Amino acid sequence: MAGQQSRIVLLACCIGASAHASHSRHLLEHLIEKYGEETPIDIGGVNVEIEAPIIRLVCGIRPKTLGELEDVQTYIEGQITQLLNATLTGQEGSNIDFESKVFHAGMMDHLALEMADIAQISGFKFPRAEPEAPLVELGFGVVDNAKPVILCIGHNVPPAVEIVDYLNTNGLSSEVEVCGLCCTSHDVTRYSPKAKIIGPISWQLRFIRSGIPDVVVIDEQCVRADALQEAENIKAPVIVTSESNCLGLPNRTRDSIDTIVSDLTSGKVPGVLILDPHKAGEVAVRTAVQVAPNRKKFKAIPSLEEIIEGAKKCTRCNECVRACPQILPIMDAVVAAAVGNPTKLADLYDSCIGCGRCESACKVDLPIHSYIVKSAEKVLKEEKYKIRSGRGAIQDTEIRNVGSPIVLGEIPGVVAFVGCSNYPHGGRDVAEMAMEFANRKYIVVNSGCSAMSVALYKNEEGKTPYELYSGAFEAGGIVNVGSCVANAHIAGAAIKIASIFAKRNLRGNFEEIADYILNRVGAVGVSWGAMSQKAAAIAAGCWRLGIPVVVGPHGIKYRRMLLGRKDLEEDWYVHDARIGDKVFIGPAPEHLFATAETKEEAMVMIAKLCMRPNDTTKGRAIKLTHWIDLHKRLYGTLPDDINLLVRTELDIPITMKDEIHKILEEKKWKESRIPDPTLLPRMIRKRKEEA
Amino acid sequence: MATAEPWQKAEIPGPTKALVVTKPEVVVAMVKKAKRPLLIVGHEAAETDIREKRLLDYAIDISRKGKIPIVATAHIVGDFVKKGFQPAAFMPAIDIANRLVDPEWKGLDGNGQYDLAMFVGITYYMEWVLFSALKHFGGDLKTISLDRYYHPQASWSFPNLSVEDWAQNLEAIIGKLGGE
Repeated sequence: MAGQQSRIVLLACCIGASAHASHSRHLLEHLIEKYGEETPIDIGGVNVEIEAPIIRLVCGIRPKTLGELEDVQTYIEGQITQLLNATLTGQEGSNIDFESKVFHAGMMDHLALEMADIAQISGFKFPRAEPEAPLVELGFGVVDNAKPVILCIGHNVPPAVEIVDYLNTNGLSSEVEVCGLCCTSHDVTRYSPKAKIIGPISWQLRFIRSGIPDVVVIDEQCVRADALQEAENIKAPVIVTSESNCLGLPNRTRDSIDTIVSDLTSGKVPGVLILDPHKAGEVAVRTAVQVAPNRKKFKAIPSLEEIIEGAKKCTRCNECVRACPQILPIMDAVVAAAVGNPTKLADLYDSCIGCGRCESACKVDLPIHSYIVKSAEKVLKEEKYKIRSGRGAIQDTEIRNVGSPIVLGEIPGVVAFVGCSNYPHGGRDVAEMAMEFANRKYIVVNSGCSAMSVALYKNEEGKTPYELYSGAFEAGGIVNVGSCVANAHIAGAAIKIASIFAKRNLRGNFEEIADYILNRVGAVGVSWGAMSQKAAAIAAGCWRLGIPVVVGPHGIKYRRMLLGRKDLEEDWYVHDARIGDKVFIGPAPEHLFATAETKEEAMVMIAKLCMRPNDTTKGRAIKLTHWIDLHKRLYGTLPDDINLLVRTELDIPITMKDEIHKILEEKKWKESRIPDPTLLPRMIRKRKEEA
Repeated sequence: MATAEPWQKAEIPGPTKALVVTKPEVVVAMVKKAKRPLLIVGHEAAETDIREKRLLDYAIDISRKGKIPIVATAHIVGDFVKKGFQPAAFMPAIDIANRLVDPEWKGLDGNGQYDLAMFVGITYYMEWVLFSALKHFGGDLKTISLDRYYHPQASWSFPNLSVEDWAQNLEAIIGKLGGE
């Protein structure tokens, strides 16, 4: 069973890594064709000299042009094939075999992420490590309904870029709205700040049914299986643009643009597959302009009267609740609507992840998700937020400024909120966590749908976190690096701390750098709504680098965690690189992969996981202060394991001395020392017997 | 009517499903038979009201009557303390599950591994996976769900119950745990 479970985890990570590798392959080929293989890799000018830290670390090369990325791409594809081969039936002898390969798949995934993002930044000239990247609009209410609207869904941005280019070339940029869902929307705003982000992956159903989009352009990854059907229901033509996700549509790539547009606007076909981004861009714009006046924003959302009448058919079977991943009280809300009170339906809106399983389960076919969306219409229309466009990499100068305080522990940690939006109680939890840690002067880094969720919050003055906090990689900053593939810059920042600040050799030196990060860089990844194989692969890449990852309660469905045991003292020793003896360092960090049951538990866990053996006494005191303070506020008690994380008297926060001393006495705590920590015997400079 | 089907439709159990607790005496007998029982209480216990009481109060009563140590998961240890009750331990649900699958674990009191783990108050889909882990890797450990909904991955579970039936079952367990 253990072997089988690990095998499934490896399969998931291979699927995730292959999705990113395929994405980077598509991007690379497109960009080389469009801009040439000699196009220089430039992701930050003189501010970013280490342009590809993961590639340098794993492959040992320093790519200078798009063409030189081909070798890396080929390497990744070969490795994923080998990894996938290991999952064949008849090779399940030990789960450890699979687990080591899971780490490798994660490392391949990070390579692919970096490949994809540095290629698209260089080719499309996205923001180049800009802390002040433009603020762009986000939300259901930011789109101008009076104009034709093109909605792009997915992750691979070239078709959306071509749409923007066609609009600009033909003087139509102020006539047509371009917006997106999921990571394509991040990347199209990196190309054109006029484009708009509707929201995370989970808003596909509600936004299509709203009738606002006139044309739906679909690329790859995270696209609903019923997107074509849903678009058809609102009479919006669909243009599918990726060979990874053809939705069963005929390939019209070689047909003339006039013919395709005619077929789409006349309703002869509901959608087409076009594997040429340039052609897809022109078809999308011309179709949207022609179809919009006829569609008149035809929507698939019922009126309130229709909801009340429909709700009367409810048989109170409870199947909607049992089908709901969130176990929301849907039936009670429908029953209330039947007597004229839709408020309870509206109350479900924030926690609903938009899967539509309630509708599939309904025995009388009520369009329950549409009921929820209609009931929350007022909230929905007021969804107007600002997000800072994905900035890309972290500058070398930023790393120089924060490297020392991070490694010494004086900046208490780097917390990255990443990944999908399968949250247990809505996206607001992510925004609140991000602001809590930014207020405590952690560095907060975001990407993907989580970066969007952080934006979905306003203070009393109507300001969103991206307007309230700095976009720089500094204490108290809230940084949006960009789409899923921009996660590479978060891992890259940890690597660059080892390279730039500590001057460790980078090229082909993975083991030493990962050892450095695990023992010295207090970084934690948080994927509060993780659900996909891609998130698993991204997490696996973090584990291999020594970065712990916390997932929300749905994350337990990955069915395999990487948990430490703080009660086993023998597990928590490292080598002191100065003299070679073994030193107790406590559970720091305790876990590499853990599920938190509640937001409160996650926040305490995050603060604790930021501790590292190398923290100075001042740094450890700061980290202990935040951890204990959060514990007292959210748990209502002191932690019961403070003794394991206080190494010397000087670690104890001054303001908590009395209460901590009392615990240390009860636990018979003994002072230890702060080593120069490493897990690698080869890093020991002088053996104890030689000392 | 009480049914013994997985409450969440997406959770499909394997061929071995929990035996249904049709009478509260079954739980009482299991507890009395166990040498080392443990009660794990999740965050929903601090949010769920049943009749005039909170689920947390039922957990405390079960613990006191049955002399069963409690592990509070998530962030609810403070809610216990406010009620004048000190749990034997608090830790994330995944941590206690991880210890329960270790045959060498010395237990919260140093006296060895537990032979019965009861769960209540953890979100259904999360508790489901914890039960699954304990079923496959927990050795001889028996598990009981005291939650309102049927948990087929446990060894024993209530069927899907109305709130009233659930309350009656919990009250009956509490009433009988103190007796012979």
